[in-house]
Amino acid sequence: MTDATLKETKAFSRRISLPAIPVSVALAITWIVAMLLIAAFAEKIAPYGFTQLDLRNRLAAPGNAAHWLGTDELGRDVLSRLLVSIRISLLIAFGATAISAVVGTILGFLAAHFRGAVEQLVLMLTDFQASMPFLIMALAVLAFFGNSLPLLVGLMGLFGWERYARIARGLAISANAQGYAAAVRQLGATPSRIYLRHILPNIASTLIVSTTLVFPEVILMESGLSFLGLGVQPPMTSLGNMVGYGREYLTRAPWIMLAPATTIVVTTLAVSVIGDWLRDRLDPTLQ
Amino acid sequence: MSPPLVEVSAISRTYAMRSRMFGRAAAVHAVDDVSLTIPRGQTLGLVGESGSGKSTTGRIVLGLEPPDSGEVRFDGKPMAALGTTAWRAQRARMQMIFQDPLGALDRRLPVATQIREPLDIHGLGTPAEREERVRELLRAVELTPAHGARYPGALSGGQRQRIVLARALATKPDFLVCDEPVSALDVSIQAQMVNLLCDLQAQLSLTLLFISHDLRVVRQISNVVAVMYLGRIVEIGSADDLFARPEHPYTQALVSASPAPGRRSAGRIVLSGDPPNPAARPTGCAFHPRCPRAIARCASEVPALSAVGGDRQVACHLVTGAATRDAA
Amino acid sequence: MGRYFTIRIGRAALTIVLVVTFAFIVLRLSGDPALMILGPEAPPEVLAAFRKAWGLDDPIWAQYFDYFGAIAKGELGRSMRDGRPAIELVLERIPATLALTLPAFFFKVALGVPAGIYAALHRGSGIDRAVMMTAVAGFTVPSFVLALLLVLVFAVQLGWLPSGGQDSWRHAILPIATLSLGGAAVLARFTRSAMLEVLGQPYIRTASAKGVSWRKVVTSHALPNAAIPTVTILGFMVGTLIAGAVVVESVFAWPGVGRLLVVAVANRDLAVVQCILLLVAMTMVTSNLIVDFLYGFLDPRLRSKGAHA
Repeated sequence: MTDATLKETKAFSRRISLPAIPVSVALAITWIVAMLLIAAFAEKIAPYGFTQLDLRNRLAAPGNAAHWLGTDELGRDVLSRLLVSIRISLLIAFGATAISAVVGTILGFLAAHFRGAVEQLVLMLTDFQASMPFLIMALAVLAFFGNSLPLLVGLMGLFGWERYARIARGLAISANAQGYAAAVRQLGATPSRIYLRHILPNIASTLIVSTTLVFPEVILMESGLSFLGLGVQPPMTSLGNMVGYGREYLTRAPWIMLAPATTIVVTTLAVSVIGDWLRDRLDPTLQ
Repeated sequence: MSPPLVEVSAISRTYAMRSRMFGRAAAVHAVDDVSLTIPRGQTLGLVGESGSGKSTTGRIVLGLEPPDSGEVRFDGKPMAALGTTAWRAQRARMQMIFQDPLGALDRRLPVATQIREPLDIHGLGTPAEREERVRELLRAVELTPAHGARYPGALSGGQRQRIVLARALATKPDFLVCDEPVSALDVSIQAQMVNLLCDLQAQLSLTLLFISHDLRVVRQISNVVAVMYLGRIVEIGSADDLFARPEHPYTQALVSASPAPGRRSAGRIVLSGDPPNPAARPTGCAFHPRCPRAIARCASEVPALSAVGGDRQVACHLVTGAATRDAA
Repeated sequence: MGRYFTIRIGRAALTIVLVVTFAFIVLRLSGDPALMILGPEAPPEVLAAFRKAWGLDDPIWAQYFDYFGAIAKGELGRSMRDGRPAIELVLERIPATLALTLPAFFFKVALGVPAGIYAALHRGSGIDRAVMMTAVAGFTVPSFVLALLLVLVFAVQLGWLPSGGQDSWRHAILPIATLSLGGAAVLARFTRSAMLEVLGQPYIRTASAKGVSWRKVVTSHALPNAAIPTVTILGFMVGTLIAGAVVVESVFAWPGVGRLLVVAVANRDLAVVQCILLLVAMTMVTSNLIVDFLYGFLDPRLRSKGAHA
């Protein structure tokens, strides 16, 4: 058999060696870092409070010294609102992505470990989730339960769990059937040890790539809901929210809508670019 | 004399396999009425082609799969049920090494950590003692601590298999099942591995069940050899004797096919017919369609494994018939 | 093959059951249905009568089955706003939504698939790159942003098209464009990668090497094989169309089912929401079944006996 050293060694060495990063990815990373910093320090960098009214300066165009991005119909500074919106939208997106990744992975592992009825149940649920448009189901839940931020995060946390579950289940099954999981099991390891110490680290890269695919979609979904007035409620502001408000004044003051819309698009794009690059680097066999 | 370490009594295991989407489920008798005993410190070699059920037998003997019927006793006590705490604790006394060493190792962890893992799992010794034991094990399989720091991908096939072996020996088990451990290695490395196994067995008084399709390797390491065909044992006896004077037609064909110094290639028995399909087992003696000496009885009656002198047992109507005639 | 379809139909039925169960659970979990459907101002006798009529005092299992029965009979409650049966409200708006989604579906396919095929056949060319870039835009630009941008450009700046309402066929242009463009880009990308995967297969090279003309290779070998995965994504696209319709109808004030849903959710008009939920479920299930049938038909491996889907 082969005595050749496999290429994978490089990926697992402790030294982090950064191969050449394409320009687009570098830009994307810069943007995301900027977004994260804004999210962390929004209140400190914002020139005004995001609900602060300046009724004499309503619908001011961007470019003036007092309000770089202009003001909205109530004289609120668009830039400040944008910064706070970024924070809220990112918070929701991170929270939701974390929840769905954890829930999905756990369910996938449970299905792979117990097989039988548990697996069929999980598969049924993933099929169900995948076959119904999430927006419709989210709207139904929002109609029935009303609206609050924890509910919204929890609801968004159900977005995309089925993708993690499918991946986790598939990879866990193949790991269990042969290979290191079976070997460690017959060393006498408990199932939790096998899953947490062996299987999970090995599938982490695939899950992370999925996260970069799900994350932008969460942002888009939450923006959509907020745009329709059914997501983040005032006085809180989110990117979708701002676009929703800006719609009324599209003719007179398009900047109200353009600033958050551009942010949504560029952020989503940036995460997708990073995700594609990660996928190519970590697992070229993935589609 | 102390009781045998491993006693296997009449185990059977059947799988239901769907041959086609609309077909009836075909029952595959992977293991059929297999009995073995393995005395302490000895090696039983289990030989057969693919589909003979030897791997499944190995797994059942180790308790990795429950038999449908029959029993496995280890050190006088029955095997614990799969997946229970007792079963996990028992793992410290019995281990397996596999055909694919790369698949058996976690690519993301340095191999020394993986050798240590059984000690961590069973909580043996202090961390310092575990590290020392890892070094000891690396020495035992003729590797250095530098090797231990590497990842599986950075080692050769032979080195990986040694790591797997070191890991298997970490808890000082009494019993080791080796399922085709050298089949995936280069021929020159195979010899080294087998020698290493023999040495370690002598040093540590290991009891081995060595499963392989390669007769040369089995011959080198086994005290007793059992030959399997389609789930049943067709011949069993002490190694040298069995290879020198095989009785069962299948064993004869196997022995004649494997090259040995001094034997001429003339007189090779070539089997006719297709390789066996476990899902479509012939009636009577499973070997009869390919047997050059089959008689009518072979198609209707399954031959039982019976003693034919010395410690040899053969499942063949012709052989047992002749033996009883001779004894009479 | 019969078995394949039986499984699929079974799954479809199961999905409907799950959706109904989902609606039931959410409904019950969120509070007293009587209060919610009748409103907090309803007098206590009305509430009590409602509870009795709907069997809300019965054990939960009985309620569950009654719920199923009511839905099967089409008794989906009345809208809180005007007291009309929810199902009527929904049904009368379906034509408006279809007027948008059917053309959009058609355009998506008519634009997206050829673009994807062309891009795959001319890999690395300018068109290919253009397709890839618009495809990226397709899934990073949300439909509401696209809608507003189109309005900004075509209605506000250029004044060519109206920005809302349903008065003339011209009003439909922007909504349909919004619905189709995003999806077309995604479909183009998907078709492209399906084609590329097929074109990379050894049998394509063999056909070429045998002297078959490239055109024939593409039409007889590549396209049919690439059609198979593409068909499966069409079913998914129906789902995105429905979701897209909700947003687009809201932006363009188009009186379809999507807009009704948003308004109903805002007003917590549960009967209407429930009704639309079930309608969407039926649509999704039907479209998935159609896709499954198409798939089973197109993939010869499934047509012959003994193949595994």
